[in-house]
Amino acid sequence: MMNVLVCIKRVPATGSRITLTPDEQEIDARYLNFTFSPHEECAVEEAVRLIEAHGGTSVVLTLGPDAATDILVDAMTLGMERAVLLETESGDWDPGATAAAIVEAVRAQQAAGTAFDLILMGNEAADTGDYQVGIRVAHVLGLPCVTGVKELKIDNGNAVARREVKGGWEVFEAPLPAVVTVKEGINLPRYPSLRGRLTAKKKPIERMKPQRAHGGLEKVRFKVPPEQTSVAEVLGKGAEAAPLAVDLLQRLGVL
Amino acid sequence: MIIGLVEHEQGKLNERTAEMLTLGRKLAAQMGAPLAAVVMGGAAPEIAERLAAFGVSTVYAVKHERLGSYAPEAWARCVEQIMAAAKPAAVMAAGSERGNEAMAYLGALTGLPMAANCTEVQPGESFLVTRQCWGGTLWEEARIHGSVKLLTVAPLAVAAEEAPAPAALSVSEFAPTLTDKDLRVRVVDRIETASGRVTLAEARVVVSGGRGAGSAEGFGPLEELAGLLGAAVGCSRAVTSAGWRPHADQIGQTGTRISPEIYIACGVSGATQHIVGCKGSKHILAINTDPEAPIMNAADYAIVGDMHVVVPALCAEIRKRRGVSD
Ligand SMILES: Cc1cc2nc3c(=O)[nH]c(=O)nc-3n(C[C@H](O)[C@H](O)[C@H](O)COP(=O)(O)OP(=O)(O)OC[C@H]3O[C@@H](n4cnc5c(N)ncnc54)[C@H](O)[C@@H]3O)c2cc1C
Ligand SMILES: Nc1ncnc2c1ncn2[C@@H]1O[C@H](COP(=O)(O)O)[C@@H](O)[C@H]1O
Repeated sequence: MMNVLVCIKRVPATGSRITLTPDEQEIDARYLNFTFSPHEECAVEEAVRLIEAHGGTSVVLTLGPDAATDILVDAMTLGMERAVLLETESGDWDPGATAAAIVEAVRAQQAAGTAFDLILMGNEAADTGDYQVGIRVAHVLGLPCVTGVKELKIDNGNAVARREVKGGWEVFEAPLPAVVTVKEGINLPRYPSLRGRLTAKKKPIERMKPQRAHGGLEKVRFKVPPEQTSVAEVLGKGAEAAPLAVDLLQRLGVL
Repeated sequence: MIIGLVEHEQGKLNERTAEMLTLGRKLAAQMGAPLAAVVMGGAAPEIAERLAAFGVSTVYAVKHERLGSYAPEAWARCVEQIMAAAKPAAVMAAGSERGNEAMAYLGALTGLPMAANCTEVQPGESFLVTRQCWGGTLWEEARIHGSVKLLTVAPLAVAAEEAPAPAALSVSEFAPTLTDKDLRVRVVDRIETASGRVTLAEARVVVSGGRGAGSAEGFGPLEELAGLLGAAVGCSRAVTSAGWRPHADQIGQTGTRISPEIYIACGVSGATQHIVGCKGSKHILAINTDPEAPIMNAADYAIVGDMHVVVPALCAEIRKRRGVSD
């Protein structure tokens, strides 16, 4: 039996050129959906598989606005059992403030009877890419933390985690309870099932309103990088273009 | 003083560290402060020489019998102890896996904020930094507060440049105090997977397929083209999510970043998260049925058409020129 917490962050599902709100504080999301990072999707999948294998409880948590309940429901559709929303009023919280609020929530869950053996997060958030919330949470809770994990085994109360490096893998070991931050590729997340969709609606979402701590990293504004668009030279249509394309490969010396 | 955390491989200074030291030196000059470096496991003479070339005047060569394998918290603990003695204005590392990790630990140990993947830094009471967000598709201007500024430098954002003249270098050994707790997370094993195949990250030619490939079998012709060109095969996230290819083949923000001579992208729409992974390519050739696909704005060359027709035609043309019949 084990209890697993997964932390996910709501981000706009951008795909093409990003436009900003006039105050340059946010991505203009009027025409966008919201999602959570592929790394965090894999963290959810990993948690669901661990509970299927070992038994126990899985909890998904996010810190964000009321609208972030959507991604909590998405995660529950994929098999997470219950959810916690750390509701914020406005604006992004920096990594220090986010970590402090997550720590508070973990302690509250423990006080209410759910002590986590494993806390899973993404290696970095899709939007801010701060690379640190997991490590900060682990430190305050006094837990070991392995980051960037692409293979995880729970063996005799130990997390055995592999990280990809040039030419191979580095293996880390940490006793549970532990924090592990994962990368996409650790597993292939399942697609939401109809049954998942139906049961997710009935699963509970707890709400907390954390105090915002002073993290010390303060966003001034976003900037869209200068556009580097070229217009592609069309070599031709269909199979007819093959000779010109092969000429090109020859010119570049790759043939 | 500005302190840089050095990464090196068998006595060779890591390229990302060289970029970080270049930004560090400029920051140090602006502040009228010296540039120092922390090297784990003792500094080999060839590294010391390279560090001096980048303007480093003080090297802290950290020696401890238990620092034989990488241990992120222990690295941070060493830097924390050097910070306490040297009182730097900023500590920097490369925005590499280890750099970001060690600096996040340092932030956690000291309670200081940390700004990851900076590209520009303006000193002051607080520092004004520009950072890469969304894997590099968006920039953020941010103020970092705290008594010591902790920063990592975005990979490939600053050109590594030696100082006009090498600095006069003093190397001092530093013996940290480490506890078991500092070493509880460390590399316990290394597994080599040298396969002899060209890796995506290092290939001179990359051929990839997106959702337009249609199926796992749709990659057959791409494999064939890659074989003829000695290329590596990549793909988009739509493909890995469908289970057609393993995640190791994915190019992009949450996959691999490539920098080949030419990248041939077939049936890939060119979402921003894909483009950040391939913008290091010298040339991009897009093969797509849609002449309006966003990839056309990132590509240098395009063939408008069905990849299932165009790719076999490319293979046939290459064979013909090599005098090999089908
Ligand atoms: C946080 C985050 C991180 C992400 N990370 C990554 C990442 O690392 N890598 C990545 O790739 N994506 C990533 N994505 C997903 C990305 O936004 C896109 O969804 C994805 O890249 C789309 O893949 P695609 O181009 O193959 O598919 P589509 O967007 O569906 O495009 C298919 C293209 O194929 C063309 N086509 C169709 N049939 C044919 C044919 N027969 N011949 C030729 N062309 C044809 C179509 O015209 C179209 O342009 C990420 C998304 C998020 C939110
Ligand atoms: N607002 C948030 N709510 C829940 N989890 C978060 C939040 N921000 C960051 N995290 C988690 O911390 C990881 C690393 O984030 P970061 O350090 O900001 O790059 C993310 O992948 C999430 O798992």
